[in-house]
Amino acid sequence: MLKLKHLVVSTCVGTLLAVCSTQLVAEETVTVLHNQQDQFIRDTWDDIRVDFEAQNPNITVQLDFMDDDAMKARLPTLLQSNAKPDLYWSFGGGNYRVRAEAGLLADITDKADRLRANIGSGAMSAFEVNGRLYGAPYRLAQVGFWYNKSLFEQAGVNADSIETWDDFLDAVSTLKEAGITPIAAGGAERWPLHFYWTYLAMRIGGQDLFQSILADEASFDNEHYVRAGEELRRLAELDPFQPGYRGMAYNEAAGVFGNGQAAIHLMGEWDIGVQTSESESGEGVSGGNLGYFNFPMVAGGLGDPSATLGGVDGWAFTSGNGSDAAVRWLEFFLAPEQQRKLAAAGIIIPVANGAAEAVEDPHMKQIAENIANSSWHQVFWDQALGADVGGVINDVSAELFAGEISPEDAVDRVQQAWDFR
Amino acid sequence: MKSVDIALEAQRTGRLSAVKEWLYRHNTGGRLSTLLLFIPPALMVFTLLVILPIAESGVYSFYRWNGFTALSDSGRWVGWRNFQFILQDPVFHQAVWNTAKIVLISLLIQLPLAMMLALSIASKGSLNTLFRLVYFLPFILADVVAGLIWRFIYDGNFGLVAAFTQLFGMESFYPLADRDWAFNAILVVVVWKYFGYHMMIYIAGLQSVPNDLVEAARLDGASRLQIIFRIKLPLIMPAIRLSIFFSVIGALQFFEMAMPLVTSGGPSGSAHTIVTYLYEFGIVRSRIGFGSAVAVLLFVMCAIFAFIYQRFVMARNTA
Repeated sequence: MLKLKHLVVSTCVGTLLAVCSTQLVAEETVTVLHNQQDQFIRDTWDDIRVDFEAQNPNITVQLDFMDDDAMKARLPTLLQSNAKPDLYWSFGGGNYRVRAEAGLLADITDKADRLRANIGSGAMSAFEVNGRLYGAPYRLAQVGFWYNKSLFEQAGVNADSIETWDDFLDAVSTLKEAGITPIAAGGAERWPLHFYWTYLAMRIGGQDLFQSILADEASFDNEHYVRAGEELRRLAELDPFQPGYRGMAYNEAAGVFGNGQAAIHLMGEWDIGVQTSESESGEGVSGGNLGYFNFPMVAGGLGDPSATLGGVDGWAFTSGNGSDAAVRWLEFFLAPEQQRKLAAAGIIIPVANGAAEAVEDPHMKQIAENIANSSWHQVFWDQALGADVGGVINDVSAELFAGEISPEDAVDRVQQAWDFR
Repeated sequence: MKSVDIALEAQRTGRLSAVKEWLYRHNTGGRLSTLLLFIPPALMVFTLLVILPIAESGVYSFYRWNGFTALSDSGRWVGWRNFQFILQDPVFHQAVWNTAKIVLISLLIQLPLAMMLALSIASKGSLNTLFRLVYFLPFILADVVAGLIWRFIYDGNFGLVAAFTQLFGMESFYPLADRDWAFNAILVVVVWKYFGYHMMIYIAGLQSVPNDLVEAARLDGASRLQIIFRIKLPLIMPAIRLSIFFSVIGALQFFEMAMPLVTSGGPSGSAHTIVTYLYEFGIVRSRIGFGSAVAVLLFVMCAIFAFIYQRFVMARNTA
């Protein structure tokens, strides 16, 4: 009798195990939604996908493209539908946080040991919300001043001597006097202008102030951020941008810089590619002619001049889809080996440990070092603070440049939006 | 006992026949059956797709809500704050004023222009047909396409505006980048895009004016202007009222064409209309509650206008 019972139980367990194991072998599909326009990058990703599928014959990976604007508009509804992808491209920041807190993302904290082993903890922390992990970073970005060396030479400006904001303003005046448009700016989209105000706020106010604002222990309405507005006005009074900048989108401004019609462009390193493709010749400001310098320090500012403004972009798991297969794909995609490959191709500034050495492009290399040496790598404010507060920061930055708002009113409006978030 | 039964029975049949009588009177020609069969589906669709969304956005407008999850999870009751903020926002004032500008431009320039053209090409003839087609062409274009075309025209470096300023040796001019000009530039496009539509309405009206009336007036010695003002215009008044109604409602809903022309409301939001304001601050910045509050205000404006216009202007049609 006892034996029979034993037999029944063991058969049951056996069948169960068999069912489980067949499911493990069964074909699984991991869908990934991204907004990558660049065909070269897409091809490189596809090579990685083929390698992965060769090593994991039971997993199929599907890379789906959606235009950036369309993705932003569709994602809120898509994430609540059954048609959602397993993973999607995320800029981190406020939107990522809100979605994670709203339960729209999958918590993969317990499966992330291998991801954590491969990726630096600084970059990883950008994808942690309250200590839990819902995705992982893929690349780093930094915003800084790109400049046209021959135009600088023509005006007799030496980029290496620009150390303070005053030096920078002098350089702008000198360029202007030489009959060169000093700076290109995509004012119609506003976010290119918010880099100025937020970088100044970082240099003048420092990291501690920003952190206490995030913790609601301080206000945007403080003397340092008012001064950021005043310093921005000093630049604005030099009338530094190409004519009609308020009607131009980012890519049009990149074209102005790429055509050599303006000497400077404050932008992330993605601009290397964009200013090239948007230029009339298709070559942009290339090779030895393209220079880079960091956003200068501001005299009397509390901020560490090594602090960088930029991005930590990556991938997020949608709720219910943090499956082993999906995690395995991301582990493979973000492994040092693949990141090194992408870095060597000049596509990304990698996040994986040791992959930064593979960066060959001198500009990318410098930016990788900047971020590595940075005491504070801050994600773009308009992303980090969420769409609504970020939108207000973009608005007031543009209005400060146009002289339609005072530095005091600007911080007041930002704080109002922050209070009412 | 028995007599009581009979009395009850009589009462019952009496009531039954009363119901029958009522049904007979009210269901003549199957009127009642038709109502019961045909109203519920239409009513249900209308409730689901029109009434319910309107009511819902009315509810949302009192919340601070990003729309990512259910209202009960992430919404926060804020009372009238959304409305307070909107009504105090100078950008919203500008948006309302801009919308009013579209109405004014329509009434003062677009409709008179459409009428003038209609009067001159209403009579039948192959040349007139050609002109009708040419004037109607802009209206056929999709709004977004028209916006993109005009974005190129207004380009201060390479566009038609640039060609113009270069021809006269003037300083280059960027209408869409200029706070004072951006919306005026849009108004030009509005007139260009929609005058053909109103012209067509007028032409249809003018062609229904009986020829004998015009002829009789001519025989009585009426001048061309007198014929227009005393005969034609009064006779096509219903068409004019209708086209005014369309242009006001169109102005209140103006959106698609502004989007490609100016990014998020142009310089400092100076070129927002009410709907682009709703889109920028409600949808793009994921503040569904705020956007709903704008929508509620817009709905109230539309409803008040439609009601007044129907009651006091369109009603004259039957008089």
